[in-house]
Amino acid sequence: MFKKVKTWGPALALISPTLVLLAVFVYALIAENVRISMTNQHTARPSSDFVGMENYFRLFGDADFQHALRNLLLLTVVFLAGTLVFGFLWAWILERPAFGEGFFRSVYLFPMAVSFIASGVVWRWLLSSLQTDQSGGERTTGLNRLLDSVGLGFLQNSWWSDPNWGIAAIAVPAIWQLSGYVMALFLAGFRGIPEELREAARIDGCSEWKLYRHVIFPQLSPVMLSAVIIIGHMSLKLFDLIRAIVPDANTYDIQVPATMMWVKYIGSDYADSAAIGTIMLVLVALVVVPYLIYTSRQEKR
Amino acid sequence: MTTATVPPPVQVATPRPPAPRTGRQKMNRTLKYAILLLFVFVVLIPAYVLFITSFKGPSDADPSTAWLLPTTWETAGWAKAWDTLAPALGRTFAMVIPASIISAFLGSMNGFVLSRWRFPYANVVFTLILFGMFIPYQAVMIPLTQLMQGLGVPNGIPSLLVLHIVYGLPICTLIFRNYYESVPSELIEAARMDGAGLLRTYASVILPISTPGFVVVLIWQFTSAWNDYLFAAFFSSGSNGPVTIALSFLAGGQLTDYAASMAGALIASLPTLLVYIILGKYFVGGLMSGSVKG
Repeated sequence: MFKKVKTWGPALALISPTLVLLAVFVYALIAENVRISMTNQHTARPSSDFVGMENYFRLFGDADFQHALRNLLLLTVVFLAGTLVFGFLWAWILERPAFGEGFFRSVYLFPMAVSFIASGVVWRWLLSSLQTDQSGGERTTGLNRLLDSVGLGFLQNSWWSDPNWGIAAIAVPAIWQLSGYVMALFLAGFRGIPEELREAARIDGCSEWKLYRHVIFPQLSPVMLSAVIIIGHMSLKLFDLIRAIVPDANTYDIQVPATMMWVKYIGSDYADSAAIGTIMLVLVALVVVPYLIYTSRQEKR
Repeated sequence: MTTATVPPPVQVATPRPPAPRTGRQKMNRTLKYAILLLFVFVVLIPAYVLFITSFKGPSDADPSTAWLLPTTWETAGWAKAWDTLAPALGRTFAMVIPASIISAFLGSMNGFVLSRWRFPYANVVFTLILFGMFIPYQAVMIPLTQLMQGLGVPNGIPSLLVLHIVYGLPICTLIFRNYYESVPSELIEAARMDGAGLLRTYASVILPISTPGFVVVLIWQFTSAWNDYLFAAFFSSGSNGPVTIALSFLAGGQLTDYAASMAGALIASLPTLLVYIILGKYFVGGLMSGSVKG
């Protein structure tokens, strides 16, 4: 018994501050958040009558929240598709050693070092809608102006000011920011494929396409999975970028659960705010928990 | 390969010897560089706009010149941005540096224990720690504001310092655990033979070889705490908040001074960009080793 304390004691002493902090700041607070979401605390005045799932039912029946969920889905699909396409394309081109490779990699990856708030400043300008001043003169700036001047005027649009598709415009800067990261993941994946494997396939008379179809893609699928999980969960949480690009937090067009949670919090509707937080947690958990279990199983093997 | 199992400070690029080129490959090569350069321009568009707009004055207000270089290079925007952001910059450094160092040390201790000590349910505990890195913080935010108030931690920098330490623990632990997994166990066995206990082993064998792990973790924590806006929005205001909050006030509102806000965005990004430029290799190492915290 004493020996056990002696071997386990120091290890426990090293790790216990973290375990206690995370037990409180993650798990206890999640539980408390669920409790608050089941009360009727809809104003700043403290009140904690238990109302069960009522807030959740009301939210899911609310057209605004349904719109926010639909926006979130659209945002995630566009964000994922964009980062995967560009990330894979860049990694595929840069996979073979090339002159200036380090330069290209650094440029593609640099947006990752910038905060969404800082990049949001410039994207707010880039994604300005078409504008005219009082006298009818054209005041359009941003990408719309650029598109017009290079003869692509038909691509001009109102970007995020659209209740149905506006949120897809928010995905543009998000793709700009994270494609380099997905590229880095794919590059690591490509470099993990032994050259012998390719050689063997070529000697067996594999065409280039068959080589990809049967050798490269299967080898890349774990990387692909990581990229989907990481980008997917970032998309579910995306908040800063939307706040930076759209000045008014109440703007209907671009509401997602994360921004709605903030609006409710500002309005002191703590119960609804907590409920939206819980819904976000469930959405993220649906994506991440299977992945974490899968990862920990893989490690055991 | 899964992101959670990649050993840390790996350099992504281990170039392969170039293959001999044929004629068709030469054409492909031209095409390849054309595509690569095109994307360099596309990726750099926002940087170009930030730079030119930050130097524009009222004389360049006309939208028809929006994409052109300034006719006169004015620094009024930079001056205004600096005046607005300077106090917040100091506060951000005062918060981010200690937060990164403390969470890195805690992460290193956890990583060491978790990589060496096979206690029952170690995997479950590790997974529970990791989950803390993926949760949307919105799911704890309302009770968190109450908890911090209850603990008497003042809003602003003190609150943010605590929060960045606590919520940085999962990723720091992960990066260090993966790093220590690659330490040969003979090294630790040797220390044990010499009669060193766990703490001694950690202090005299593990810490001295941890520098690469620390570099990766410190860069990661520095960048994510510096760029954080979510916690800052809930736990600080314009007068006591970090630079992201100050910038969002400078750039927010319906009538934006674009020269000042773009200069501000450049100022606010400079520290993390410098880290990226100088220590890029390790920056990528952090990205690869720890999946990502959103």
